[in-house]
Amino acid sequence: MSENILAGQAYNLKIVKWFSVCAVLYLVVGALVGDFIAWQLAFPSLNIDPHLSFGRLRPLHTNDVIFAFGGCTLMATAYYIVQRTCEVPLWSNKLAWFTFWGWNAIIVGAVVSFPMGWTQGKEYAELEWPLDIAIAVVWLSYMGNFIMTIANRKTSHIYVANWFFLGMMIMITYLHVVNSLAVPVTLTKSYSIFSGVQDAMIQWWWGHNAVGFFLTAGFLGIMYYFIPKQANLPIFSYRLSVLHFWALMFGYVWLGAHHLQYTALPDWAGSLGAAVSIAMIIPSWGGAINGLMTLSGAWNKLRDDYVLRFLIVSLAFYAMSTFEGPVMSIKTVNALSHYTDWTIGHVHSGALGWVAMVSIGAIYHLLTRLWKTRIYSESMVNTHFWIHTIGTVFYICAMWVSGIMQGLMWRATDEYGNLTYTFAESVAAMHPYYVLRSVGGLLVLVGALIMLYNVVMTIRGAGQTKAVAASAQA
Amino acid sequence: MSFQEKLEKNIWGLVVMVAIVVSIGGIVEIVPLFYLDNTFEKLTKDEDSIRPYAALELEGRDIYIREGCYLCHSQMIRPFRDEKERYGHYSLAVESKYDHPFQWGSKRTGPDLARVGGKYSNEWQIQHLRAPRSLVPESVMPNYAFLANAVVDDALTERKMRALKSVGVPYSEEDFKTASAAVHGKTEMDALVAYLQVLGTMVKFQEGKDYRE
Repeated sequence: MSENILAGQAYNLKIVKWFSVCAVLYLVVGALVGDFIAWQLAFPSLNIDPHLSFGRLRPLHTNDVIFAFGGCTLMATAYYIVQRTCEVPLWSNKLAWFTFWGWNAIIVGAVVSFPMGWTQGKEYAELEWPLDIAIAVVWLSYMGNFIMTIANRKTSHIYVANWFFLGMMIMITYLHVVNSLAVPVTLTKSYSIFSGVQDAMIQWWWGHNAVGFFLTAGFLGIMYYFIPKQANLPIFSYRLSVLHFWALMFGYVWLGAHHLQYTALPDWAGSLGAAVSIAMIIPSWGGAINGLMTLSGAWNKLRDDYVLRFLIVSLAFYAMSTFEGPVMSIKTVNALSHYTDWTIGHVHSGALGWVAMVSIGAIYHLLTRLWKTRIYSESMVNTHFWIHTIGTVFYICAMWVSGIMQGLMWRATDEYGNLTYTFAESVAAMHPYYVLRSVGGLLVLVGALIMLYNVVMTIRGAGQTKAVAASAQA
Repeated sequence: MSFQEKLEKNIWGLVVMVAIVVSIGGIVEIVPLFYLDNTFEKLTKDEDSIRPYAALELEGRDIYIREGCYLCHSQMIRPFRDEKERYGHYSLAVESKYDHPFQWGSKRTGPDLARVGGKYSNEWQIQHLRAPRSLVPESVMPNYAFLANAVVDDALTERKMRALKSVGVPYSEEDFKTASAAVHGKTEMDALVAYLQVLGTMVKFQEGKDYRE
């Protein structure tokens, strides 16, 4: 056994603490902006100022939840897991702090950019070229530090969670660099070097893999470490992990084309994307089963371990959305679902149900380990669990109904072959569901605020305990 | 020792394997689009009047992007009966060949705009942008009245066109020379309306012809 585990302080846990706290803050901000724009769709008079109109705030919401909340969670957990599983401290603390300040500076840049309307106009890749370059630099520092820490490891094998993080880091580098290639006009304006159909394919290659790698592979890394840790049980099947990993690495990359069914993208590409999408049910469910079955024979742990509840329910949502996604990529279903709110619902069952819940579970777990204390309020964690789950279910159900209804209203014709509804009538029909969705979002926001309070109180409590211990010694 | 076990013990081997495995799908789906003949539809001379956006239209397009219009409006009509009835002929790949970036969109909170050009008068468009609910009571679109008070920055237009030329949009020296004058004194409202009015109007479709093989 190495000295480093014996002398635990050699690990850089401070960086993990800071990224974790940031993640919670950005969860609150992301939910706040998201819920505000949801109300804007229900009540358009809430578009009070050009800088705060739906079209400018929506990228702020998506970028905040994916890259600020998701990104900080991934950095916190990757830095934690890689040190624990390799039994060595980070390769470079300086580089780690560079990623912390760099990533947060980029987030501040995004908060300024989007209300100003500085955008490249490609979904989830809206940031302009100077910030894109900054992202690439910080991202490569993160990856370099991670790989070098593994290279220094004291253990013989590289633990499975690290494979998933590594896959995410490599693929996101490809995606970000290629999709963001642009020719600058000014500091705040550039044009994509690609156009039309090729630009569309590259954008959705990026777009779906922001989901498949950033929001899936990385968070599966979290799952593979924190579920066994929290449950205090080994992962269900090593073989399944290997299969899950390589199938995901190979397969996910192809899915982007299913966003472009029946468009001007040549049919072969869309069909290929759909075929692989359907096949992806197998590895995705393999992974979900691997996580869930880890609790096999110990399901009673769910009764009083609220943190474990977040982690396990996240996998149920993961299984559900990885079934729903392939179904939506089937051409006949896609003909109905594409362009509707169903897509928005699907994204949120993944984002709120899977990504947010596994992250929240991991952060609560980290809280007690990092600050070596008990959580301020267990019952608040339980309240958060229920309020978040109910909010998510509200959101998804509202979007299922509105999405399918939209799709059916658009295609409905009367006995003479005329369209039954005008587009405006379909917009009016959405109103009650948009209100319901906003209420669901509000519940998620309230849950996030409860979490923030609980986190702050836990950290303050840990500080006071330390102070008492210090004064007792003196 | 199995190959998997070797990788688990060798970080550099793992990095290389992952880097190869994750690159395959993207290469297979993207690269052929740049050289396969059937990526773009073939149009006859009569059908094809696709041209780069004029100076004012280009400025309008940049406002369209700035305001995030693509987040609620698609510009991609699919080959379905209801879409033909509502929006017109299905979209072709050639129609967006000068679109850097593409604006096909992914969501229809509002209607598709791929062929909105010429569908309404300029006056209608301006009134609708100013106060959408004055014309369409059910609409949830924000008001864009402020566009009428903002003047287009004519100093940048030529630079924008030159940047686009460097990535393959065939602007001429003549276009560059006249760019600034063409947008001088125009409001952002004028520019956006000019863009909307040209959308989907550059191909003269033949009745009954199948453009996708």
